[in-house]
Order: sequence, then C-alpha cells, then structure tokens
Amino acid sequence: MSDAPRVFNRRTLVTRAVHVVAGAGALALSAAPARATPDMMSEAIRKLVGGAKVNEGRVTLDIPPLVENGNTVPLTVAVESPMTEKDYVAEIHIFNEKNPQPYLVAAYIGPRAGKAEFATRVKLNDSQHIIAIARMSDGSFWSDGADVIVTIAACVEISEQ
Amino acid sequence: MTRALVNVPARAKKGDIIEIKTLISHPMESGYRVGYGGEPLKRDIIQTFSCDYDGAKIFLAQFSPAVAANPFVSFHTVATASGKLVFRWEGDNGFEAEETAEIVVE
Repeated sequence: MSDAPRVFNRRTLVTRAVHVVAGAGALALSAAPARATPDMMSEAIRKLVGGAKVNEGRVTLDIPPLVENGNTVPLTVAVESPMTEKDYVAEIHIFNEKNPQPYLVAAYIGPRAGKAEFATRVKLNDSQHIIAIARMSDGSFWSDGADVIVTIAACVEISEQ
Repeated sequence: MTRALVNVPARAKKGDIIEIKTLISHPMESGYRVGYGGEPLKRDIIQTFSCDYDGAKIFLAQFSPAVAANPFVSFHTVATASGKLVFRWEGDNGFEAEETAEIVVE
C-alpha cells in the first residue's frame, strides 16, 4: 500500500461498504439528513459577527483532544476580561463543522458573572474543529479553536426507545 | 419526573465569585436519529436554561440539539445579596422545569 494511495483489500472494501450502506440508511431515514460543513460553520459565524473582525486570543476553549465517546464531550470556555460594568463579556458562542447543525451552544453572561467562564457537555458527530467566539461589551469579537478526534461518533447508535 | 440538581454554595462573602453547577435529566433527542424500526425519532430538546438572582437574569444559555443528554452547565456569578437563585429550563413539547437554591451572603 506504499505507492498507490488508495488500495483496498477485500475486507476493507466490504467493511467500508457496510459503513456506507449503514450511513446512507441512517441518513435517508432520519428526519433531516443534512450535515453541517465547514462552509455552514463559516456562514453561521458570519451571521453572528456580521462584517466585524474576529480576533484570535483572549478566549480559551478547553476540550479534550481525543474523545472516545462523542455522545458526551465536556468543554469549558474561559474569556479574559476584567468583567466590570463597562468592560465585560456579553456572549459566548460555540460552533462546529460536522454535526448536523453548525451551532453547539450559546451563553449570555454579563458583568455580574465576575468571571467569564462556563462549561457544558456536547455531542460530536465526527472528528472536527470547534470554534468558540466571545462578543465583548465593546462589540469586539475574540475566538479560539480546537481540534477534537472522536473515536465513537454521537448519533450513530440506534435508540432503545 | 424531571430531576434537576443545582449546586450553589450555601454561604459566601459579599463580592466573592461563586461557581454554580446544574444538571437536569432530559434525553436531548436531537431529531437526527432513527429508532430500531427505522422510524425517525422526533426532536425533543431543552432550548433555554436561565438563572435569575438578585433581581436580574445572570445567565442564559441557548442549547442546540448537540448539547449532550442530561444537560450539565456550570457558570459563575458574584455573590451580591442573600436570597434565592431561580433556575429555569424550557424546551420542546412544552417542557418546563424550575429549581431554586438559597444563598446567604455576609
């Protein structure tokens, strides 16, 4: 398999075919088969920020780089800010590339938070890039991104209901 | 019935930054999965979570279907006054839950 970039033996072909068929079945049957793409994420981010510049820095997105179970992935976002009445973090938005929708969660905080940090747990459908964007009280946007490798994706298993 | 857990320090000094943790039992069915029979499972998620304290909404989160089942949220606030913190979750199919916690600020 050294010189030819894509050589499959029969087993990988069969396994892949099974995955493709299973995936296609799940997609065809699910209510809304769409899947977000990096373009959809950019579009969602554009909708949030408008034409404003998104600066890198001040935001720390803490998410494990390797996740075994995509059904519950802990993440923490912290933003550097004095958190005073005049200068505070107003909103934190988190986006993803490959879930069915580009949004994960949005948090609205304010000067009374004292500390601009929040944590939650999300589902990730695939290995992908996650972006957190904070909107400051002065209207500026700051961001941080992280790559996550997911070994078992959310959404693939069938519910027991 | 829905079970919600909130963790708020019972006492704090005025001006201290306290951490609040919340957890609620909810399937957060994304609407993108199918059941054993191949039938699509209808979306059933919590859409918003908020916390009111000392006369104002101090925290609001908007969830997407990608928030994990049994949503956990932790956030911070400055202890300003003794009183009640009111936590509210609202979602699909008329889902509503409320939980309160008392804090003594000295």
